[in-house]
Amino acid sequence: MQPDPKSPNGPLLKIEALSTHYGRIQALHRVDLEISEGELVALVGGNGAGKTTLLRTISGIQPSSHGSIHFAGDDLTRLAADRRVEIGISQVPEGRQVFGPMSVEDNLQLGGFTRPRGQVAEDLEVMFDMFPILRQKKAQPAGTLSGGQQQMLAIGRALMAKPKLLLLDEPSMGLAPTLVEEIFATIQSLKEQGTTIFLVEQNANAALSIADRGYVLETGRIVLSDSGLALLEDDKVKEAYLGL
Amino acid sequence: MLAEFLQFLFSGVTVGAAYALVALGFSIIYNASYVINFAQGEFVMLGGMATVALISAGLPMPIAVFLAVMITVGIGLLLEKLTIEPARDSSVVTMIIITIGASIFLRGLAQVVLDKEFHALPPFTGDEPIIILGASLLPQSIWVLVGMVVLVTIMVFFFGHTKLGKAMLASAHNPLAAQLVGINTKQILMLSFGLSAMLGAMGGVLIAPISATYYEVGIMLGLKGFCASILGGLGNFSGAILGGLIVGIAEAMGAGYISSEYKDAIAFVIILLVLFFMPSGLLGRPGTDRV
Repeated sequence: MQPDPKSPNGPLLKIEALSTHYGRIQALHRVDLEISEGELVALVGGNGAGKTTLLRTISGIQPSSHGSIHFAGDDLTRLAADRRVEIGISQVPEGRQVFGPMSVEDNLQLGGFTRPRGQVAEDLEVMFDMFPILRQKKAQPAGTLSGGQQQMLAIGRALMAKPKLLLLDEPSMGLAPTLVEEIFATIQSLKEQGTTIFLVEQNANAALSIADRGYVLETGRIVLSDSGLALLEDDKVKEAYLGL
Repeated sequence: MLAEFLQFLFSGVTVGAAYALVALGFSIIYNASYVINFAQGEFVMLGGMATVALISAGLPMPIAVFLAVMITVGIGLLLEKLTIEPARDSSVVTMIIITIGASIFLRGLAQVVLDKEFHALPPFTGDEPIIILGASLLPQSIWVLVGMVVLVTIMVFFFGHTKLGKAMLASAHNPLAAQLVGINTKQILMLSFGLSAMLGAMGGVLIAPISATYYEVGIMLGLKGFCASILGGLGNFSGAILGGLIVGIAEAMGAGYISSEYKDAIAFVIILLVLFFMPSGLLGRPGTDRV
């Protein structure tokens, strides 16, 4: 039985047989993946497995060579990257990628680039309440913030677009353990507020313990998918990604 | 003695203001893409030459100026669309070389479509010089200076306080992140070429009554404007103005007190010194990125 993609119960994001190439190198092999509204889904996998490539393909930065991506029932396989932000897909890229020489406030305002002007000022206050440190440093160039603060800024910037789906690429990368905890607490509270989240992490343990469901990606292929807890207990996952 | 000095200063400031406008054009495209557009001088030439051609076709001056600026903007947009955009995935150096090719093409085009003669536009408001302490100042010089100040003020406001201006800066700092916040970076790049073509053309119109315009006028103006923007710090607007004025004044003083033979060499000596001793220029900031 084929579910109607337009029905309210259909998944928010539905990826079918998605492949992509860098030149002649195939980076993703017919990836199938679904995310329902309100879910927190984790994608784990080693270095070079294609996790970042998958996120970039969802955001429209990397073109797909085969397969389809549906968002809220609409086909966006050929949609330009900036239009995807407009319809509700926002990404916190790997390595944070803040606009270094520009102020913290400008960074957040640019996050709301696709939003009506009046809304941006309001949302800015919400972000400052959520991350008080950013309010304190709002006039500083973003490049002078610490790694953890830059990660908060990158998350805040992505949230300024009021996304229906938030893509997070390695938010814990390069951060001290206490900051990692803080970031994961933030992610969890976003989920509790109803944001749909697709979390890509090398820190498989932390990611799977807060995720509803998880996928394991290996050399461009989805090799496992299950609930977060079941994956945490899976022997193969334990061995390969949890170092147990 | 003083009169002589003032005379050199006036002419230096005037030509320096023109260099500053060219430098500003470099900075805008640089800010949006890190590309140095070596066809910037040709935008200046096109502004002047097209105005001359339209006036001789019988149009009144203000309309001719307006149309010439619009034509140059159109050419700037086409230049981006047809040569830079198809090479968008290449390295910045490749795109810079493309702009050099484009500049040669535009010179050739002007030579064929317009002509190879020298032309001077009539001054906007008469040519009765104003005498200040024995030195004469042309009314057109005041036009050039005022024009520069107005255009610079508009640019500073645009990049510092408008959403579109900030989006242009963001696209230069980090094109990937710019796309991820929903900025159409293709359009931004095109816009930057349109904007600097506009500045270049306006500079060309302002300066044409003082220094004659012809199809190759853009080579030297472009190179000196480039020196000015390096001296001031590439991508920095106040730096572009400061650099333009310093290069212009140094050139006029050098020509006056040393020898006019060396006039053109002075800008290039300055650029060498800057690149050796302070490569980020007078007002250029070293990067603030933390990895």
